[in-house]
Parts: sequence; C-alpha cells; structure tokens
Amino acid sequence: MAATAGEAGAAPRVEARGVGLRAGLAVTGFLLVALLVSLAVGPVGIGIGAIVRSGLSYVPLLHVHQPLGWPDRAILWQVRAPRVALGALVGGMLAVAGASYQGVFRNPLCDPYLLGVAGGAGLGATLAIVYGSATAAGSWLVPVAAFAGAIAAVLVTYALGRSAGAARTTGALVLAGVTMATFTAAVQTFVQQQHTQQLQNVYAWLLGGFATSTWRDVAICAPYVAASSLVLVLHRRVLDVLSLGDDEATSLGVNVARARLAIVAAATLGTAAAVSVSGLIAFVGIIVPHTVRLLVSTSYRAVIPLSLAAGAGFLVLTDVAARTILSPAELPIGVVTAFLGAPFFALVLRSSRR
Amino acid sequence: MIEARDLWVRFGPVAAVRSLSLRVESGGWTALIGPNGAGKTSALRALAGLVEYEGDVTVEGRDARALGRRALAQLVAFVPQKPETPPELTVAEYVLLGRTPHIPYFGGEGRRDREAAARALRRLELEGFADRPLGSLSGGELQRTVLARALAQEAPVLLLDEPTTSLDLGRQQLALELVDALRADGLAVVTTLHDLTLAGQYADRLVLLDRGTVAAKGAADEVLSAANVAVHYGANVRVLEADGSVFVLPVRDR
Repeated sequence: MAATAGEAGAAPRVEARGVGLRAGLAVTGFLLVALLVSLAVGPVGIGIGAIVRSGLSYVPLLHVHQPLGWPDRAILWQVRAPRVALGALVGGMLAVAGASYQGVFRNPLCDPYLLGVAGGAGLGATLAIVYGSATAAGSWLVPVAAFAGAIAAVLVTYALGRSAGAARTTGALVLAGVTMATFTAAVQTFVQQQHTQQLQNVYAWLLGGFATSTWRDVAICAPYVAASSLVLVLHRRVLDVLSLGDDEATSLGVNVARARLAIVAAATLGTAAAVSVSGLIAFVGIIVPHTVRLLVSTSYRAVIPLSLAAGAGFLVLTDVAARTILSPAELPIGVVTAFLGAPFFALVLRSSRR
Repeated sequence: MIEARDLWVRFGPVAAVRSLSLRVESGGWTALIGPNGAGKTSALRALAGLVEYEGDVTVEGRDARALGRRALAQLVAFVPQKPETPPELTVAEYVLLGRTPHIPYFGGEGRRDREAAARALRRLELEGFADRPLGSLSGGELQRTVLARALAQEAPVLLLDEPTTSLDLGRQQLALELVDALRADGLAVVTTLHDLTLAGQYADRLVLLDRGTVAAKGAADEVLSAANVAVHYGANVRVLEADGSVFVLPVRDR
C-alpha cells in the first residue's frame, strides 16, 4: 500500500532548519550595531564613522588615514575597546553555556551556574579580596582565585553527583549543584561577615561589571571562551539528539554519558573563565537562549550559534545601559541584567508550564 | 536477525529476566507478552543494549557487546513505549535524527541521509507532514512519525515497546499493519504487546514471560490457552478460535 503511493508521491522536502539566512543576518547585524554603539557612547563623543575608519587604519595595505588624535584614540582603543570586547566574550559565553546546560539537562530553566560555578567563583574571589588584601579592581589574584574556586566547586559537584550512581546522574548532578551552591554561599557569607571592611569590594565583584576591564582580561578569558564555544557549536546536532532522552539517544548510537561530560565540561570551563573576569552576571544564560527559541527555532542547531552572537550583543548593550543610566556613576551590570531578566524569567516560567 | 541466548537482566538482587532465549529471523515477528512486571520491557531493553545483561545477544551474526554503540545502532532500531517527541521539532527534523548512527559525531546530514529520511516518510505515508511540528500531530500520526524515525535508521532489526499504547482500537490495528508491512520488507521485529488477541494475530511467535521466566513460547494457539492466561495473568478468560485466529476474551465471574 505505502510502497505504491510512495513511487507516485512527490519527494517530501526533508531538511533540518539551521540558523537560517534571515536570523543569521539579523543577529550579526545586532551584534555589529551593539559593538559600534558601545564604542561610540561615553563622556567623550566619538562618531561611528571615525571609529570605523580608526579601526580600518590598523589593517595593513588598506591605507586608511587614522582620523583620531591622541586622547580620543587612547580612550577608544585602551579604555572602551577592551571593555566592549570583554562584554562580548562574557555575554556570548554565558548565553551559549546556558543554552547547552538547558539542552544537556533537558530543563529550560537551567543556567550556566547550575553546577556551582557561581558559588565557587564567589567564594574564591571573596577569599582573594579578604585574605589576599587585593581590591576587587585591578588585581590579577581575584580572577585566578575565582576561576580556581569555580572549577573546584564544579569538580566537587560532579564527584558528589557521580557517587549517587550512574543511572541517576542527571538528577543527582543537579541536586549536588544545589547543595554545592548553598554550601559555598554559606562559607562566602561567613567570610564576608567576618571582614565587613571589605564588604563593598566583595559586593562590587559579586554584582559583576566591566568598569576596569583591560586587554589583559580579554587575553585571560578569550582562549577559554574560544575553545569552549567551539566545542559547544560542534555539539549542536548532538544536543538535538539528546533532546530525545537518554534511551533514545543511546539507541541512536550516541554515548550519552560521554557527550554530556564533554558539553558540561566545555560550558563550565568557559563560564568559569567568563565569571573570573566579570563577576557574577545573572540571567544572560537564560534570557538569550530563550529569546532565540521564541523568535527563531528550538533546534540547537539554531540556538547554539545564535545564542553565542546574540549573547555577545546583549551584554555589550546592557553594559552601555549600566554605564550611562546614572552617568558618571556606574550601575553594576548584574543589576541591569537581573532587572531585565527577572520579568523575562517569569514569562519563560509561564510558557514552559505545559 | 537477532538472537538471545540465556539472557539475564538483574537490577541489584532482583532478576527481571531469567534465561530468555529467542531467535528472530529477517521477516519474523516475535511478541513478548506477559502480565505487568513480567520483564517484557527489560528484555527488550537488553536486546537494544540499553541495560546490562548476562548471556549473549547476537545481531546479524555478530556479538552485540563487541559492537560499539554506533555499530549496534546501525543494526538495531528501538522505540520506547513513550518516545520523547519535542513538540516544536518538525516531522522531517525528527525523522532525520534517526540517521544519527550513520552521521559522524560532529557532522551534519548529507544527501543520502535526506533521501533515507524521505523514503521513510513515504513508506509511512507522511509526505504531507514533513514540515508539521510534532506538537500538532494526532496520536496516530505521531506513532507513524516515530516509526518513520526508526525506519530511517535503516537497521535490519526493529524493537518496539508497546507500539499500540494510547491508540484507539482502529489506530492500534493501523499501527500493527504498518509494522507488519515493515516486517514483510525484511525487518526482524520484536515487540512487547499487552493485548493478547492482537499479539496472536500479528506476531508469528509469542513468548510468554512471567516473573522474568519464559512460561511458554510458540505460535498463538499453543501459547494463548485459557489455562496459561489464568495461571500467569490471574485472569478469567475464554479463548475462541475462529478464522485461523485466536481470540482471548475476558469473562466476568458471577
């Protein structure tokens, strides 16, 4: 019956939607606009045309004349550009890590801090600030301690989750993450309360921000973000297979435990690197992937690459808001993302209540 | 062809399947039947390589354990009782995921994969549904889509856990007719089925499990006796034979 119908019927169009031309162009455009706006906005006005020409003047063989004089050029390339670049790296990383966590744990409300990255980083940074007598701003010790704290916390979470038995890894891992986050938060609060004179430094770090970003921060964070995002982008189809559940992914030939470990490790390493230079920036990992899902597609082939680009643009723009709303004072960027993120999170919560 | 010899599945101290042996040739259909908790699903999952087992499973003459996951997935397709069907995924995308064992880990679908998925869609008369999201399908359409995904896998062995769950009687018959057509194409089919009459009508061999042990196996008229059903299901039934079929009818005590 079906065989004869099949011969006569037209071949169905069988394709998996990927990023798509329209969404790809739109998000690339969004990112470019965000980068330019962020470079242009500040106490010293620099025109977008001048920014573009100044940038092109560094490209060999183009022979574009450098339009900016000394103070403007330094402001643009030594103050604003590293800040913008770091915002883009951190935003892209948090968004793509959030999307990956949501895929691996098949839970739309997961964020990259799920396994204790935030708590561990917060504790590490607090210890560095309190006992290393570093200030939150400008010390190399804080990012290194935050990074070490984040990785240590996740390793403990992972060991704890594994000890519950391989068959229950996913649920146990999430619970272990919650346990770890609570524990590190308790220790962090205790240490902080013992040293109230450092409260403001600790607090400023926890809320996150890019006020003191330098090219050195970019150099610390960029290799991790590049490697992690590459691994996650390569796993975009595997994430779609994992959305069918462990049994079906296994029966389709995927080693689920190994795939999950690779994805979680990449997302965690990138997140730890991002957090160590930016502090704790909430909600980016949830807002951005869900916006992509609502506007484009729920397939990870679209969600992963688009989250990377849209997350970068989003955090760069958020940073513009953070430094202009109360100018010359700065709002902590974590406050801005959470202020936008909380209502959005509530919306996602409602629509995922099927 | 799939064969199990002295297959045991244990969950801690409990043996869910005890010494099951079966052999299904290409074009054959064996149904695992038995009361709730008899070990039907565990046995099927062991055949699919999804749970640890003792004993031997060979697929197309090769030891299933020695095959890697991917190689096994190229030979055995498995559909669980309640497959996960992400509602926003389109039918075409879902069926393409069935090609996973043929696609490199970091790769994407090629022309052959799209053709195989298109063939599977045509075989199950789903051409018009390719762009429909899974969430918009009826229960019967969804069941066909899930079968299409398994078919796109192009494995010679098809394992189905309760393929008729949550379908009405007409859709149950339709789904089983489709499985029968795939069997006739040369697949070796193993299903669990809880409807004894349907199991007897469609499968060419029944294996009755009770508490993990094979209580009876053979053709429908040998396995589906009123005595067997009474002993192993604790059910009061009458078994009628007519038109070459066996009908198992529940009877109420008065």
